[in-house]
Amino acid sequence: MNSIWPLVQNETIKIIKKKRFYVVLLVLLVLVPMFTYASMREAQENRSKFGDDWRVELQQAITDNQNSLGSDRVPEEWKKYRRIFIQQMQYYLQNDVNPNEPGGVTFTREFLDNSSSLFIPLLIMTIASDLVSGERTGGTIKMLLTRPVRRWKILLSKLITLTMFTSLIVISTFIICYGISGLVFGYSGFTMPVFTGFQPSDAGVNMDTVHAVDQWQFILMQMGLIWFVGLCVGLLAFMVSVLVRSTAASIVIMMAALIAGTILTNMASSWASAKYLFMVNLGLTNYLSGSPAPIDGMTLPFSLTVLAIWAAVSLVVSFAVFTKRDVLN
Amino acid sequence: MMKKTTSEQSATLAPSTEANGSGAVQEHEIVLSAEHVKKKIGKRWIIKDVTFTVRAGEIFGFLGPNGAGKTTTIRMLVDLIRPTEGKIMICGYDVNREPEKALAYVGSIVENPEMYPYLTGWENLQHFARMQPGVDERRIQEVTEIVRLDERIHDKVSKYSLGMRQRLGIAQALLGRPRLLILDEPTNGLDPKGIRDMRLFIRELAAQGMAVFVSSHLLSEIQLLCDRVAIVGSGRVMAVGSVEELVEDKEHLVIWELAESERGAALLGSLSGISVLDHNEAHLDNDTAASLTANSIITRTPEEQIPVAIRELVQAGIAVHNVRKLNPTLEQLFLGITEGETIE
Repeated sequence: MNSIWPLVQNETIKIIKKKRFYVVLLVLLVLVPMFTYASMREAQENRSKFGDDWRVELQQAITDNQNSLGSDRVPEEWKKYRRIFIQQMQYYLQNDVNPNEPGGVTFTREFLDNSSSLFIPLLIMTIASDLVSGERTGGTIKMLLTRPVRRWKILLSKLITLTMFTSLIVISTFIICYGISGLVFGYSGFTMPVFTGFQPSDAGVNMDTVHAVDQWQFILMQMGLIWFVGLCVGLLAFMVSVLVRSTAASIVIMMAALIAGTILTNMASSWASAKYLFMVNLGLTNYLSGSPAPIDGMTLPFSLTVLAIWAAVSLVVSFAVFTKRDVLN
Repeated sequence: MMKKTTSEQSATLAPSTEANGSGAVQEHEIVLSAEHVKKKIGKRWIIKDVTFTVRAGEIFGFLGPNGAGKTTTIRMLVDLIRPTEGKIMICGYDVNREPEKALAYVGSIVENPEMYPYLTGWENLQHFARMQPGVDERRIQEVTEIVRLDERIHDKVSKYSLGMRQRLGIAQALLGRPRLLILDEPTNGLDPKGIRDMRLFIRELAAQGMAVFVSSHLLSEIQLLCDRVAIVGSGRVMAVGSVEELVEDKEHLVIWELAESERGAALLGSLSGISVLDHNEAHLDNDTAASLTANSIITRTPEEQIPVAIRELVQAGIAVHNVRKLNPTLEQLFLGITEGETIE
């Protein structure tokens, strides 16, 4: 048995027939309309408050945030976030660009922005967590490993399939988001300018490197980063699924790690070494939009490196364990 | 009585290996051999010493109670578990060193035939066909017909009965035209008809030259099916031999139904060579045990003494209703061999 493609075909068929991918699509098809509706209500409310002029709305947001800076009750940390936000919004205002220009593309951009650290990794986990442990839970691992194929090849075929589905999930998220929100907000907005290159510094934001890109370029960059995050989380989930016998346990372990990540992101800014944990580095898209990093010293290259190292280690562990271990039950 | 293994094996195995080369006795080639295979899990030796060979065209039984190490051994045969010591060769390839070559000759079902329940039988077979070279749709159709699953092959496996799953498992094992078929408790969960069908089916495969390795804790099953048998207990092969060889020296058990059982028993006990046994120490199989009444007398009797005993009984005026000679069962054999082991 030389070619790996028949094995990849096997894995793909299993994922599809097991309806794992349908679950992912179903989740997207249920949740995206909900978010679309919420976003539509917000837009309506803002319009009734500020009329049709987005500048008034943006100015109001800036003023609100500025006011809160004077309050003693607001923690210093939040003030920093708000200062950065104010600077960014002022930049949009000066350049006469509406950062929230309603439209299917803008909605998609915002959705992607918010989904990189939890939502999409979760979707990818539904597939990755089951890849190996599912065979063990079902007992089919015995059939799989007693065929004349080396174990590393079987694992590699699963890995290739995981990569394919990671890409598919990222693309599906975009298509479903754009397709559904477009019904409400219209399908235009690909060429709208979006500013990127904000560099949060001690003083606030360094504006020197800020430049405008078309929104489609911005979304493409987002998707690339989300794909990378998804793949890294997928590889970790894959490792857990090699190590743990049951799919349920495998999902719980990864869920706990991801949720711990979101909690830590919100409170760990004074625990500096937490930045080496993979789960606080998942918000890669924040670097594009210029939101400040959760912990000082985190930059895009830093996060990419941390994630890559975690992913590489899980790969090594997965292969080492899978090819050596006795299959006892 | 049967010889204890290790010495017996070196005695029987060595000459036959030579015979293969010299052609003195045209033995079939060795398809599977395990040489002093041992396995340590944690600090415990699960498998202490397993040695046997299986030849083409032979049905080889692997008999032992649950927990004797049958499944662990089978897992080692198909490279699911690595032996701590020893070597397993299939068609000349070391299973642990060159699994992709050795396993190409093997079809196996380890424990239950677990297939993907969310795929159809056909899709399952396609799945495993993709994992080995030279298996096309025609072959899938062929094995489907061999196991007589053609009517339901396009149904989801989750809707199959246990017997159908068992058959699908065998179809899967046969896909790559194996020279060695390994079946772990193949009659588990089958009804009597299913068991009979399975037996005929395995015979047929062996007649075509396939070596079949069958494990079981059902002694009668092995006795009905196998040419040769290895008896395993607590991680050790305790005896290997042909079924007839293993049972031939046994004294026969005889069951007597007499009009006056107490007087009869006393009389039988007084005859030379005959000993009366307690019902419990006779190690009968279930069917025989169920046919006994409280008045049945069980004796260990040399064959030539049976007519003598009948004459004596008749002369003493005791009516003889029924005399049954029991064939020794592997169960009796097994218990005889392992008794020492359990005390140990």
